Amino acid sequence: MSAAYIMGAYEHPTRKAEGISVAQLHMQSAAGALADAGLSFDDVDGYFCAGDAPGLGAMSMLEYMNLDVHHVDSTETGGSSYLIHVAHAAQAIAAGKCNVALITLAGRPRAAGMKSAKMPPSPTPDTPFEGLFAPSVVEMYGMVAARHMYEFGTTSEQLAWIKVAASQHAQHNERAMLRKVVTVDDVVNSPLVSAPLHRLDCCVVSDGGGALVVTSEAVAKSLNRPLVKVRGNGEAVKHPSAGRVDLTTSAGAISGPRAFAEAGVTPADIKYASIYDSFTITVLVALEDLGFCEKGKGGAFVADGNLISGQGKLPFNTDGGGLCNNHPSNRGGMTKVIEAVRQLRGEAHPAVQVPGCDLALAHGTGGSLATRHGSATLILERL
Amino acid sequence: MTLADLAAVNFDALPFWQGTEAGDFLIARCESCGEAHHYPRAICPFCRSEAIRFVPASGKGVIYSLAVTRIPEKPLRVVAYVTLEEGPTIMTQIVDADDAVAIGDPVRVDFQKHPEGLTAAVFRLARDTN
Repeated sequence: MSAAYIMGAYEHPTRKAEGISVAQLHMQSAAGALADAGLSFDDVDGYFCAGDAPGLGAMSMLEYMNLDVHHVDSTETGGSSYLIHVAHAAQAIAAGKCNVALITLAGRPRAAGMKSAKMPPSPTPDTPFEGLFAPSVVEMYGMVAARHMYEFGTTSEQLAWIKVAASQHAQHNERAMLRKVVTVDDVVNSPLVSAPLHRLDCCVVSDGGGALVVTSEAVAKSLNRPLVKVRGNGEAVKHPSAGRVDLTTSAGAISGPRAFAEAGVTPADIKYASIYDSFTITVLVALEDLGFCEKGKGGAFVADGNLISGQGKLPFNTDGGGLCNNHPSNRGGMTKVIEAVRQLRGEAHPAVQVPGCDLALAHGTGGSLATRHGSATLILERL
Repeated sequence: MTLADLAAVNFDALPFWQGTEAGDFLIARCESCGEAHHYPRAICPFCRSEAIRFVPASGKGVIYSLAVTRIPEKPLRVVAYVTLEEGPTIMTQIVDADDAVAIGDPVRVDFQKHPEGLTAAVFRLARDTN
C-alpha cells in the first residue's frame, strides 16, 4: 500500500478579501500550495473541497480552475472537512485512484459583512426543533462549556489559558488578526457573549483560505521538499442521538484513538498539536477526547501555560490558531493542517518552532459540538 | 422555506407540532422497544421499528445545560437542553428565567407561538412545583 505525503501547504495571506471572489481565493490558494510543492495545476489528478466551495460539490471549482481530474471528493463535516480530505486523499492514493490530490478551502464572511457565524437554515428534519430557538454558535458552545464546568468543575480561568497560549504564539505571526498578548484576567474580564463564554473565548471571523497537496510516495520523493507522511487518521460523526445528549464528549473520542492506533503511537509521542479552536472549550474537550489527559482533567491540563511553545508540555496552534490568527470561511481545519506541516518542516516562526518536531497531530471539530459535528484526526510524521 | 413550511413537509414530526398548537406536549414513543425519542421520527432510531406513537409527556424536566445571554433592557435569554422525565434531552428555551437559573433546575413545559406560525415547546422554572 502506497503511503501519502503532504507536499504542498499554503495559507492565503488575506484576512479581508475585498474585491476577491470566493472562487478566486480557492484558486489562489491552490496555486500557492502547488508552487510550495513544486508542482503545477497540470499535475493534479484528484480534487477535494467542501461546502465553502461555490457550486455543487467539486464541479464548479474544477470548471473555474479548468482542471481535469479522475478522482473527486466533497465530503462535508464543516470546518473539519479538510482533515478528512487529507485522510480520503491518502486512501485514494493507496487505492491507486490518484497521485496528486489538491484540497482547497476559502471564504469571505468578513468582506461579505457577516459579523458572526450563523448556522445556515437547511431543510433537515432537526431544523424546526432547533431553529425556533435560533441558537447562536456561541450559545451552542456555551452549553458545552456550562455542562463541562458542571460535571468536572472546569473554570473560566482554565479555559482562558487556551486563549492566553494562542495569543503568546500570535504575537510572532505578522498576519495574525489579534497579535496582542492577553492574560487570564483579560479573558475572564472580556464581555460575556453568552455565559459562560466570554468574547475572548471565541475565535475571530476572517476571510482567506488555504490549500494542501497530498501526493503518492513516488511523486513525493521526486520533489525537493521535506517529506510529511500521513501516518494515521480517524474520522467520526456525533449527534444528539435521538435525545441521549452528551455534551462533554466529542466525536474526537472515536477519531483520535483510531488515528493513534493506525499510526502506532500514543499522545505522549506527539511533539506538536494543532487543535481546532473555534472556542476555547472546543480545544479543552478535544484534548481530553484525544487522550492527552483524562476526561474532565482538561482544565488542569491547559492551565499554567501548558500549551505554550517553549514552556508547556504540548505546544499547540503556534500560528495563533482560530482564536488569534484566522478562521477563514468560519472553518478552521485547513489552517490546522498547514501549521502542523510548517512545524514538521521546521518552517514555523523561530520563536514558536518546536525543536526536533518529527511527529505532530492535527485535529478538527466541524459543525456544532452541541448538536451534530464531525471530528477528524491526522497524525503526521516528518521522515 | 420557513420553519413552518419545513415542519409541514417533515411529516414524521407533524403530530408534535399539532400538539404544541393545541397546548399538548407529545413525545414519540416506539411501541416495539418502548423507547421515547426526540426529535420525532417515523422510524424508531433505536430499534428501527415503524410502530411510533405520539403520547402525552408529563411536561416535567430538568435543565441539562444552558447558555445565558444578557442584553441590557431585554429579558434574559436562556437557550438550554432539558432532560424530560420520559428520558430524552431536548433543545429548548427557558422563558422568564431569573439570574440564578442553573443546570439541575426543575422546569415545566409551556408553549410559545412563533411569528412564523409554529408553536414552540419552551420551559419555565418550576423550583417549587416539581
